[in-house]
Amino acid sequence: MKQFMVFVRKEFHHVFRDRRTLLILFGLPIMQILLFGYALTTEIKNAQIVIADHAKDAASEQLISRIAASKYFTINSVALADNEIEAAFRKGKVKCVVVIPAGFGNDLLHGNSAQLQIIADASDPNTAKTLTNYLTAIATDYQQDLYPTANVPLRIEPLTRMLYNPEMNGSMNFVPGVMALVLMIICTTLTSVSIVREKEMGTMEILLVSPFKPTYVVLAKAVPYLVLALTDFVIILLLSVFLLEMPVRGSLPLLFLESMLFIITCLSLGLLISSVTSSQQMAMLVSMMGMMLPTILFTGFIFPLENMPVPLQVISNLVPSRWYYMIVKAVMLKGLGPGVIWKESLVLAGMTVVLLTISIKTFKTRLA
Amino acid sequence: MNERAIVCKGLTKRFGDFIAVNNISFDVDQGEIFGFLGANGAGKTTAMRMLCGLSYPTSGEAAVAGYNVFKQQEAIKRNIGYMSQKFSLYESLTVKENIRFYGGVYGLSDRQLKEKGDELITQLGMENEVKKMVGSLPLGWKQKLAFSVAIIHQPRIVFLDEPTGGVDPVTRRQFWDLIYAAAEKGITIFVTTHYMDEAEYCNRISIMVDGRIDALDTPANLKQQFRATSMDEVFYALARSAKRSAD
Amino acid sequence: METVTLHNISKTYGKGATPALKDVSFSVNKGELFGLIGPDGAGKSTIFRILTTLLLADEGTATVGGLDVVKDYHRIRSSVGYMPGRFSLYQDLTIEENLTFFATLFGTTVAANYELIKDIYRQIAPFKDRRAGKLSGGMKQKLALCCALVHKPEVLFLDEPTTGVDAVSRREFWDMLQQLKQQGITIVVSTPYMDEARRCERIALIQAGSILSIDTPDAIINAYPGQLYALKAAHIPHLLNDVRGFEGVGQCYAAGEYLHMVFRSGSEEHLLAFLEGKGHKDIILKKIKPDIEDCFIRLLTTTHQ
Repeated sequence: MKQFMVFVRKEFHHVFRDRRTLLILFGLPIMQILLFGYALTTEIKNAQIVIADHAKDAASEQLISRIAASKYFTINSVALADNEIEAAFRKGKVKCVVVIPAGFGNDLLHGNSAQLQIIADASDPNTAKTLTNYLTAIATDYQQDLYPTANVPLRIEPLTRMLYNPEMNGSMNFVPGVMALVLMIICTTLTSVSIVREKEMGTMEILLVSPFKPTYVVLAKAVPYLVLALTDFVIILLLSVFLLEMPVRGSLPLLFLESMLFIITCLSLGLLISSVTSSQQMAMLVSMMGMMLPTILFTGFIFPLENMPVPLQVISNLVPSRWYYMIVKAVMLKGLGPGVIWKESLVLAGMTVVLLTISIKTFKTRLA
Repeated sequence: MNERAIVCKGLTKRFGDFIAVNNISFDVDQGEIFGFLGANGAGKTTAMRMLCGLSYPTSGEAAVAGYNVFKQQEAIKRNIGYMSQKFSLYESLTVKENIRFYGGVYGLSDRQLKEKGDELITQLGMENEVKKMVGSLPLGWKQKLAFSVAIIHQPRIVFLDEPTGGVDPVTRRQFWDLIYAAAEKGITIFVTTHYMDEAEYCNRISIMVDGRIDALDTPANLKQQFRATSMDEVFYALARSAKRSAD
Repeated sequence: METVTLHNISKTYGKGATPALKDVSFSVNKGELFGLIGPDGAGKSTIFRILTTLLLADEGTATVGGLDVVKDYHRIRSSVGYMPGRFSLYQDLTIEENLTFFATLFGTTVAANYELIKDIYRQIAPFKDRRAGKLSGGMKQKLALCCALVHKPEVLFLDEPTTGVDAVSRREFWDMLQQLKQQGITIVVSTPYMDEARRCERIALIQAGSILSIDTPDAIINAYPGQLYALKAAHIPHLLNDVRGFEGVGQCYAAGEYLHMVFRSGSEEHLLAFLEGKGHKDIILKKIKPDIEDCFIRLLTTTHQ
């Protein structure tokens, strides 16, 4: 046990004496949170839109004023001929056009189904999708306010995201994603590099020629990074609660436990990488390209998974961060409990067992 | 005419408070084999870097192949060759590809490349290895090949940084045969080594201690001066006085 | 008593590669200072790795302290000290931290075996708070030796401890090994420097995976067949060329200030006359006793032919 503790202490020395490791460890989460929270947000503010109001009745005016009241839109001009609409798009200033057909108010009050045309500039599909989502939300809100008791069948797919995010705060979706990304990078890259460094430096030879069991070498490497990753998790959580004003609706201990599970999954992955690579560059490359890219692509926090082709959706099931992302969203944003996320947790636990078994099996007690 | 290949006056390099090279002065004649000795951390590598045009001196003057180390670094690089134990050839290229690459870097024409390349391969007796990967050759062959490639553009001076480290004694001597042959052709050889018997093969040697040159003469004169029977003893007598220890 | 034994050990890295070791057998006695002398790529590190249980040999058996390197690898690992070829300590830990770390790893403390490392450690103790990465080559070697010794191993394996270290530190290092030998530790050490062979009790000359000769340095030198000569003149490179052109001379090569050579059929008078005819001045020709390097060269050239 004493040997184990000395080993762990040595690992902490390595970390705290290397400026680059420290930068990755503590700079990265802060940078990512700020970057995604403020700069890279897909949330759109003050988008120029044009409203072609052919109805000009009380209902259309109410709807327009609601749109105008939203901070997301700046109404450029009202009423345009059809050919003018296209010209406006071409100039690129206008992102979206809302056409309110004649008789809008009448249809809404009596026909029970009023049409509203939203034309978006899909050359920027993300913005277009977001804008139409926002506009649909405003329209539905309006409709609901008109008939608070009515059961409107219209409310489906695009609204689910906003249900738990009524202020439509864009950073909310990113925080769980950033958590997944940062923990993934720290656990896989830093652990794999730190083990491979021992191979490269030749110290692994001495460690192997000592009575210290190789399995303990692996475990003693993992412990410090578990602690450090949990620290990072706390940093991200604090930043997002106090800086980005994120709510934590679910149980904090549950979130902590689930994060610990994910961290262990990532550590096992890092250990596996370290036992199949022999140079620091290689380990770095594998964990960065092989892990970071899939995490960004297949977690669902930047590119919605449901929009992907089926084969890619299937692949996304293999990415641990995808499951963690779902868990965090459920616990943090929706306030759900273990009853809902047990499946995802089980998937992560299964992955961990498999990865850890392979990496301990492949860890060599000899050099070749 | 006794043209100077290297002229060096009061050359100094400081890194902050640390004086890596402290006011060294020496000349090397064209065609001379000049041994540049010193313990680890004595400042050899730093001095060599300045002479190769890889770093600027803090003060002093030096001319290599007639070019000023402050103003004409590019011209220096065109007129020197460089080889070290660590810098070797590309292991995943064949012998021929390596020759073509380095010849190309120094701007040899296709015809020169062919001529020089063939001559070099014949001289080394490597006709059967031309298409082999350099990585698969024994260390001694690699080193000999690396040396020949380093002088393929017929530089005026070639800098050799511990070229024979770890090489077997027979190959080591074959390596020195190549050095002698190059010196006969008028190429100046500037060489560092940890093997004291190799110091004896040099026309003159300098020994650096703590950034200074503490001794500079022919091996015979140095042995006489230190009343020593071998260069090993001379070196030991000088290096023992070193205060500095750094790598 | 034999502490280390190798029987017909062979090892090849990867299919179709040149064998790293070919049928190597030797043994090291208890308390002996045994040297493996050979150039890079001779197979010295492979021998060390097999003996320290880091590598499995393809063929043959080996024991360390009476234990089999394959079956009892775990017990061997706690009873040997090993210093790999490259400097293999933690550069970002201080001298003291490195030493404590390795002591604990082997389940002991620095204080428990301080007597053994005292003389070496005293030399680096003034810098104990300095990080290993900032030490000079000689100091790094001393620290590495302390770390390899700190658990009082029965056998010490040192793979090229003096490579890349300057002449002064090399000399000091060999002095330290002599002192350790006095304390009864069996030491197996490798080096590419032939001049260091004399500091060992027995040596194995090794080249291209085969052992050329095993004996005491004196016996190897005495076994040198024929008479070795040292030859010198004003212009050494020309002299070398001319002597090689002289039919009666067998081998001739540069060796420091002189050329070393042996006669195949010619005589001293013939050679001197030949060289004077070539215009050489200040010729000195004298009989000398060979050193290990001469023996190595002779063994190399005879096995090549």
